[in-house]
Amino acid sequence: MSDSPRALGAPAVRREGRDKVTGTARYAAEHTAPGCLYGWIVPATVPTGRVTAIRTAGALAVPGVHTVLTHDNAPRLKEPDDPILAVLQDDRVPHRGWPVALVLAESLESARAGADAVYVEYATTEHDVVLTGDHPGLYTPKEANGGHPALRERGDAMSAFDAAPVRIDATYTLRGLHNHPMEPHASTARWADGHLTVHDSSQGSTAVRNSLATALGLDRDRITVISEHVGGGFGSKGTPRPQAVLAAMAARHTGHPVQLALPRRYMAAIVGHRAPTLQRVRLGADRDGVLSSVSHEIVTHTSRIKEFVEQAAVPARVMYASPHSRTEHRVAALDVPSPSWMRAPGEASGMYALESAMDELACALGIDPVELRLRNEPRTEPDSGLPFSSRNLTACLSEGARRFGWSDRDPRPAARQEGPRLLGTGVASATYPVLVSKAAASAQAAPDGSYRVGVNATDIGTGARTVLAQIAASVLDTPPDNVTIDIGSSDLPTAPVAGGSSGTASWGSAVHKAATTLVRRLAEHSGPLPPEGIGVTVDTGEETAQEPPYARHAFGAHFAEVAVDSLTGEVRVRRLLGVYAAGRILNSRTARSQFIGGMVMGLGMALTEGSTMDPAFGDFTESDLASYHVPSCADVPDIQAHWLDEDDPHLNPMGSKGIGEIGTVGTAAAIGNAVRHATGARLRELSLTPDKLLPYLP
Amino acid sequence: MKPFAYLRPATVSEAVRAGAGHPGSRFLGGGTNLVDLMKLGVETPGLLIDVSRLPLDGMTRTDDGGLRIGATVRNSDLAAHPEVRNHWPALSQALLAGASGQLRNTATTGGNLLQRTRCPYFQDVSKPCNKRIPGSGCPAREGTHRDLAVLGHSQDCVATNPSDMAVALAALDATVQLHGPEGVRTVQVTDFHRLPADNPDQDTVIRPGELITEVVLPPPSAGAVSLYRKARDRASYAFALASVAAVLSVRDGRVDRISLAFGGLAHRPWRARVAEDLLRGASTTGDAFARAVDAELAAARPLRDNGFKVDLARRLAIGALVELTTRAAST
Amino acid sequence: MAATPGITDAEEAHVPNPVDRSTFTLYVNGTERTLTLDHRTTVLDALREHLGLTGAKKGCDHGQCGACTVLVDGRRANSCLLLAVAQEDAHITTVEGLAEGDRLHPLQRAFLERDALQCGYCTPGQICSAVGMLREAEDGFPSHATPRTALAGEGPAPLGADEIRERMSGNLCRCGAYPRIVDAIEDVAP
Repeated sequence: MSDSPRALGAPAVRREGRDKVTGTARYAAEHTAPGCLYGWIVPATVPTGRVTAIRTAGALAVPGVHTVLTHDNAPRLKEPDDPILAVLQDDRVPHRGWPVALVLAESLESARAGADAVYVEYATTEHDVVLTGDHPGLYTPKEANGGHPALRERGDAMSAFDAAPVRIDATYTLRGLHNHPMEPHASTARWADGHLTVHDSSQGSTAVRNSLATALGLDRDRITVISEHVGGGFGSKGTPRPQAVLAAMAARHTGHPVQLALPRRYMAAIVGHRAPTLQRVRLGADRDGVLSSVSHEIVTHTSRIKEFVEQAAVPARVMYASPHSRTEHRVAALDVPSPSWMRAPGEASGMYALESAMDELACALGIDPVELRLRNEPRTEPDSGLPFSSRNLTACLSEGARRFGWSDRDPRPAARQEGPRLLGTGVASATYPVLVSKAAASAQAAPDGSYRVGVNATDIGTGARTVLAQIAASVLDTPPDNVTIDIGSSDLPTAPVAGGSSGTASWGSAVHKAATTLVRRLAEHSGPLPPEGIGVTVDTGEETAQEPPYARHAFGAHFAEVAVDSLTGEVRVRRLLGVYAAGRILNSRTARSQFIGGMVMGLGMALTEGSTMDPAFGDFTESDLASYHVPSCADVPDIQAHWLDEDDPHLNPMGSKGIGEIGTVGTAAAIGNAVRHATGARLRELSLTPDKLLPYLP
Repeated sequence: MKPFAYLRPATVSEAVRAGAGHPGSRFLGGGTNLVDLMKLGVETPGLLIDVSRLPLDGMTRTDDGGLRIGATVRNSDLAAHPEVRNHWPALSQALLAGASGQLRNTATTGGNLLQRTRCPYFQDVSKPCNKRIPGSGCPAREGTHRDLAVLGHSQDCVATNPSDMAVALAALDATVQLHGPEGVRTVQVTDFHRLPADNPDQDTVIRPGELITEVVLPPPSAGAVSLYRKARDRASYAFALASVAAVLSVRDGRVDRISLAFGGLAHRPWRARVAEDLLRGASTTGDAFARAVDAELAAARPLRDNGFKVDLARRLAIGALVELTTRAAST
Repeated sequence: MAATPGITDAEEAHVPNPVDRSTFTLYVNGTERTLTLDHRTTVLDALREHLGLTGAKKGCDHGQCGACTVLVDGRRANSCLLLAVAQEDAHITTVEGLAEGDRLHPLQRAFLERDALQCGYCTPGQICSAVGMLREAEDGFPSHATPRTALAGEGPAPLGADEIRERMSGNLCRCGAYPRIVDAIEDVAP
């Protein structure tokens, strides 16, 4: 096969960009049909208990209100594949914010007023929503998210730690975090001739289609789910969400199309969050900084209805050589909303702690933190013993240090000042696994020489259309403009979600195989193509069935410079620089945007974001965008993202690793380490707001 | 949101008459806070009286060199006004430190003064709040209150006033003109906002049916310099954790004119009278500043999680006084 | 509503106001549009649900994200907080009204070329905001980033990166496209 150099890696402009800058790209709530009803959910206002009565007469009397669905009258669902989708099926309130009614009305105004007029009575039970390190409900689950064993041990980490001449024993605390994509979760559902069509704001419409089929008890071929344009997800749209079930249920019940967009304030309870974690890291090392013991213990929460365990100890199984290691997750099921994926689940939270601890060790030893990491580079993956398919962490660190100007750094804390500002720099490593799932794709050659490729990929902002066209074009040896790409509909060949930084690998492998197969078919064909063209449909079941005998991960290094206002304790990032080794970069323009975007989310994690569980009410206090501080433009300095050319033959036909999440992974630790360098204060709790800094300032 | 009637009166007196005749009505200026609160169900007016097109959008110098600011002057226009920038820079700085470009283009001077607290319990109608429903309780006292009051709060309410502009106006000795059914009256900005006491549902001393028609700045004092400084969790587009507005002039190495107000600490802009009294005539040293500010903040009664605000306010105030002293010396 | 003590019962007598809607005109992207709307309808919902203009986005519906930014009589505003009835006779420009036929507005072009977007949901608001922001700077409006020593009346405000960042901070972007957005605006700024 000929990988056309002009296609792969080129900075192609994103295909749907023009639609997005002109406002013609339509999102899930922008397919309003005539006769459409607007939905508005009524969230539970108690932390836990049962609904004892719902009076809907007041709501039904509101002009324009058409129907109110509650557990008393809502259509029955089959048992959904995810308990969070079992809405309006019974009287239980597993957490505050759980939908207890859905109002359907002829206008948004009436729907909102109707929802305000639904009167709900509850029998409350005592609630338990606060995670503590000694919570009596803590247990060790079988697995953490991603199918990772909850506990892994090598050697005797505790004895090795006790015997180590240099020891770091530190506990890091992360509050919950919320994804808050700019587009709130929304669905528009329509029934026509026994077929359900749902426009859903989702990271994978095949999964939504399958979930709806299970919940509604329908054949999959009677459902089409479309996610043409998606206003971000960051994991929160990676699993089907209640709005899709509610809209579909309501559309079937009323016979009207139904549009349901979640109000921003309701999202914190319904669409997942990064669970809070208490993380104890113990590092034992010799005087040269060579690690003898690494232990990373996670305490986190899940909800009562679903076990989701943030796999924060998993990166410690990958990062550094050490003969003794212990990595463990413990979890308590509380009366809280169900946690879920948020950009780099596990890696982002775990690497904050591990990379902060590495910095603490460097400071304790007086060894440069870049050098410390170089001294602990493993030859094989520490946990599995497998060889790495490629691992260029040390090159990322060295290249980053060079570009950042690290060698000039005075390691003494609180040594650089500019007016009232204390300046500091910090570094942290990053890692993210290479994941891939089975996908199917079709490729078609038309008599006019053009091609059409179909795969149910989802473009949540990654530029999936564009890069898939580049992959197809490179195989077909044709300009990308000659390839039409169809994505974003469950009627297309089945494909996994845009998640786990695996979309391009999964979809791209299928597209590559389809295009390769098509090239072969075309070579076999003689004479002009038939009017309908020649097409193939393939899947990658075979290729993805067995685990390769390699540890496959992307690596990166993050460098940060911060300025801490010595008067107010306000921390601002001045520079962020990331260097990544992530296989082959398939589109330098959109890849750079994703790396930078990931770093911005890491900046938010470090400095501005956090959700507080209200002990009395059982909800997250920061439920809107005025109080949950997503970084603003003024928070974000010039950010540089670079990458190393990596030629890894053990990945996929494109030679790529995922890039969507690694930018987030080490950023918070790099910033925290820079704050320590600037001030001398080692803060072990994010976010780094003035209240945390003030006690340490002159 | 309940349905409501809408009225757009042509004159102030018509507006005031309409307000007096319809209990439960609200005046609509820019609406940036009112419409927000209506969506939350916190405000439920049956009638909106749109005053945004009344002829109250002028800014004119007064005979004595002050400035009359119409109630419907937009925050962005006020911040950009050359007279304000050159003679009352703290006001311009305060406005520009608040909200966003879009919101400042919409929000009015009068509306800004009537902004309601951003206490999360006040904004959530599913929870008790004495400010919304007197007697229902104050969950903030034991709950999430990191951003709430450290000064002047009561058993019933620990809310803070969110305005930046009002803090500058308090330090600048501005007055508010109110037109009501019983006539016109003028109130000092420092007296306009209340402390919560046992009736926190009243944010201000405004009476039913009264409309803010203008804000008047007294003439700038000769030789005085001023500033507004705000600390926040995000670099922009965030409410103050604490802020300070200060006006200072120095004569013979001693503080002459001094005016100091805090934002983000209390139910109203907190004019620091105790500190001012100690500072007037004092030497312009860091120690003197610290003593005065500490005396003011001795009244602070921080809650479990917001003690940092006292330290933050202290640092902001001392920093502001030091900076203004340097500037005063160079003018 | 919860049956929490002290919370009003939402079932209190509802008296429909006989005059809860009005007929009025908005000029949207240069076209006169006469509408009869519920007073509760915001400009954002009027555009999206009544005029089929879904370019302005609903990100928060409370003035906290900027995705709904449009130009009202040339000035940027959060359309989610504007009651449509109160904007009677206003000239409203949305992202759909910026290009001239097939020719993109320079900011639209710059956003494309700089890849100043990812999911695209905040993009219309960013672009409308940038149009308004450039006008404000041209008119000499200061910002929080403007040096104290810059006195009024000195003509257009110079727009360095820090100025652009501060002035664009009313438009949140969760994809983190800010550095590219600033680049794109710098390309167009005088």
